[in-house]
Amino acid sequence: MSTALVLILMAIGSFVTGIVGALTGLGGGIILVPMLVLLFDIHMRYAAGASLVAVIATSSGAAAAFLREGYTNLRVGMFLQLTSIGGGILGAFLLTMVPVPVLMTAFGLILLYSGYLSFRRKEGWDEDRPSDPLAVRLRMEGSFPAPGGWQSYKVYRVIPSFLLMGAAGIVSGLLGIGAGAVNVLAMDQVMRLPYKVSTSTSNFMIGITAAASAGIYLHHGYIDPVLAMPVMLGVFGGAVVGAKLLMFLRAKPLRIFFSVVVLIMALEMIYKGLTQW
Amino acid sequence: MVTIRRMEKLIGYVLLAGVLTSAAIVLFGGALYMWRHGSTPVHYRIFRGEPSDLRSLAGIWKDFTEGSGRGAIQFGLMLLVGIQVIRVALTGVLFLLNRDKVFVVITFLVLAMLSYALFFAGE
Repeated sequence: MSTALVLILMAIGSFVTGIVGALTGLGGGIILVPMLVLLFDIHMRYAAGASLVAVIATSSGAAAAFLREGYTNLRVGMFLQLTSIGGGILGAFLLTMVPVPVLMTAFGLILLYSGYLSFRRKEGWDEDRPSDPLAVRLRMEGSFPAPGGWQSYKVYRVIPSFLLMGAAGIVSGLLGIGAGAVNVLAMDQVMRLPYKVSTSTSNFMIGITAAASAGIYLHHGYIDPVLAMPVMLGVFGGAVVGAKLLMFLRAKPLRIFFSVVVLIMALEMIYKGLTQW
Repeated sequence: MVTIRRMEKLIGYVLLAGVLTSAAIVLFGGALYMWRHGSTPVHYRIFRGEPSDLRSLAGIWKDFTEGSGRGAIQFGLMLLVGIQVIRVALTGVLFLLNRDKVFVVITFLVLAMLSYALFFAGE
């Protein structure tokens, strides 16, 4: 195959990744890395470098749209970013001290269960209770554009989700994957935000978390420009389309789609963990 | 006083402008590369690591100003990373204008950790 054709196919695959990333708030590395490694015969490290670029591009493309339309909760995002990024840095330091395969299997199992909980959740049935007083003090409550006009929502359990994000940040810093999944699950399951707000806010966060690793990736020569070019452009286009799609679709099918992607991600991690054990 | 809605919109537009600029530079560099080296097959099965000029900011800048296609792509990518720092800084400044003390502290802590990881952790 000619180089041009390979790069075009790669851009098409990345476009799909961008759509999925924007719709789920997961960044799309779980699709992109296996695609590059298995279909395009690319070394894992180059794939990881391209995936990092993809996460930043997805986040930027999607967050730009979500911020302008009013889906993102900026305060919740920044607040959780604090432990997410802090945990990530700590995780990178702990890398040599922890049995990664065990951790990966355990994290996969937790994701599996969380994905199931997210699938079952019905929005709006328990939201008569007042918000966490801390959320009120930090003015975290918000509203987002729904079909019938702006819909306000409450925010619960601020401290538990903050601590969860810290623990998850350490784990995803160790494994180099999964930060997006934990973002969405912390906001969806613990803070009980609406699905669209959780995904949009996660999309806002993942680019910042990923950017923190960019220096290390660049320094070690993981980021190849010729490979990153179709990936970046494809993913960015996909993220813009995905963001538009999210605004039109209802929360229920989006939630089912999210659960399916998390399920695949969890199985991938359990498989990887067990085979390296 | 800037309302949170206006803050979100402003950050959204800055992000959009930044990412479009970065995508345009990447596209330009890609076109340049394909025009010159499009017929050379690429192989990524074995990891060799990038040449040293594409691994540091100074090297990327040098390649970019010398009209290298790969240098231009890499420069566009670094711009994309830089925008992430800028958007956190801008959020912090907007919280500052709002005198929203708690979130000023939170945002600047995020900025400090991001800058630390970006510039020092790789060494």
